[in-house]
Amino acid sequence: MIPERFSCHGKQKRVKTQRDEPTGNFVIDKRVRNVEEALQGIRDGAVILLGGFGVVGQPQELLTGLVHHDARDLTIVSNNAGHGSPSLPRLFATGRVAKLICSFPRPTPAPFDELYRAGKIALEIVPQGTFAERIRAAACGIPAFYTPTAAGTELARGKETRDFDGRTYVMERALRADVALIQAWRADRWGNLTYRGTGRNFNPVMAMAADLTLVQTRHFVELGELDPENIVTPGIFVDRVVQIDSEDPPPA
Amino acid sequence: MSASASFSRTDMAARLARDIPEGWYVNLGLGLPTLIPDYIPVDREVVFHSENGVLGMGPVPAKDQLDTWLINATKQNITLLRGASLFHHADSVGMIRGGHLDLCVLGAYEVAENGDIANWATLQNDVVPAVGGAMDLSAGAKRLWVLMEHTTKDGQSRIVKRCAYPLTAAGVVKRIYTNLAVLEVTERGFEVIDMAPGLDFDTLQARTAAKLYRPTTTR
Repeated sequence: MIPERFSCHGKQKRVKTQRDEPTGNFVIDKRVRNVEEALQGIRDGAVILLGGFGVVGQPQELLTGLVHHDARDLTIVSNNAGHGSPSLPRLFATGRVAKLICSFPRPTPAPFDELYRAGKIALEIVPQGTFAERIRAAACGIPAFYTPTAAGTELARGKETRDFDGRTYVMERALRADVALIQAWRADRWGNLTYRGTGRNFNPVMAMAADLTLVQTRHFVELGELDPENIVTPGIFVDRVVQIDSEDPPPA
Repeated sequence: MSASASFSRTDMAARLARDIPEGWYVNLGLGLPTLIPDYIPVDREVVFHSENGVLGMGPVPAKDQLDTWLINATKQNITLLRGASLFHHADSVGMIRGGHLDLCVLGAYEVAENGDIANWATLQNDVVPAVGGAMDLSAGAKRLWVLMEHTTKDGQSRIVKRCAYPLTAAGVVKRIYTNLAVLEVTERGFEVIDMAPGLDFDTLQARTAAKLYRPTTTR
């Protein structure tokens, strides 16, 4: 049940005399009614973190919403380039994605392959651990870090290196984003989240690293129903949550 | 000494599996290494890790056990064994880079005598480059073993003095299991610690583009 009146960002400050009244008008209520509302305010040139490993944990309905959005010149940050995904190839097909930051863009479904070969989309390949750590660093206020990954390889070319204790490390910059699109399993109105199976993958770290974190959840639960011991993403990182009866990932 | 004196793909996986002791945490790369769990006895506690956030990965599910929210790094459905855990990707790669995994087994295009490995799909050998977790695994695991065919389809040795393909990581491979032999990467180069039944040292050397050494100690 979504209340008629709500606040998207928990910014609506009103004095409450009774907490958790059942009719809505809560101080912190991040629920929105549909995907369109969830995606409001995404601007041209936005850097967008996209949760999911392959199709598992990838927020299909938010992505489909982005296909119909008008923001252009987007940078998508995603581990894959749409393999098995019903919606990411459609987003590339709109021509509104200028760049993909990715660790493993293969298999490479159409149209990414053609766009890449035609020079119509830029591709930045990042080792998977560096990819995750750049996002985590951004989330945690660390502007750069040194990693042993890729030292002495093509992917370290032109990057600052430094030796610590006799080993060479590569400096990598944090990857801060404007928007994160997240798939959760359960959520409450504060934006506390849990995930399902390996659908967790990049979602928790991406949820922490964007100015605007947008979540689609399979289930909404009442505040207090999620066991605090088991919450994976605390609501502080989340801006909007939309409940979608999305399908389970297909067998793989 | 016949040309057919070689380990089959399943022999190779079984040969490597034999050398994984109980208690190790192990990550397996794409391709050939995915055959290895089939040869770990069910009562040997070896914990398999998957980059996308799993420790305690079990085999492919029976139809009535299928949970499509559970996949491995190859994006195949998996099961979770008793004691399995799930975690997010930054923790998972932290586990890798932080040296917590006892072993990683990768496939490769080439391995050089100084332990360099080339196994990622760069512009040099494919259209769209892709690296995945290979560089993190190579740089971070306590031990990196490679499981691959000794030669290419047209007979070129994948065991080389120096890699021609772009490197995944420098100086990290400890051991190589091929269809012809098991090689240890040592200070002086490749030591042969096992050969396919019926193969002799000179034949193996003839098919290898790097100098091979007989081991200094008997194993």
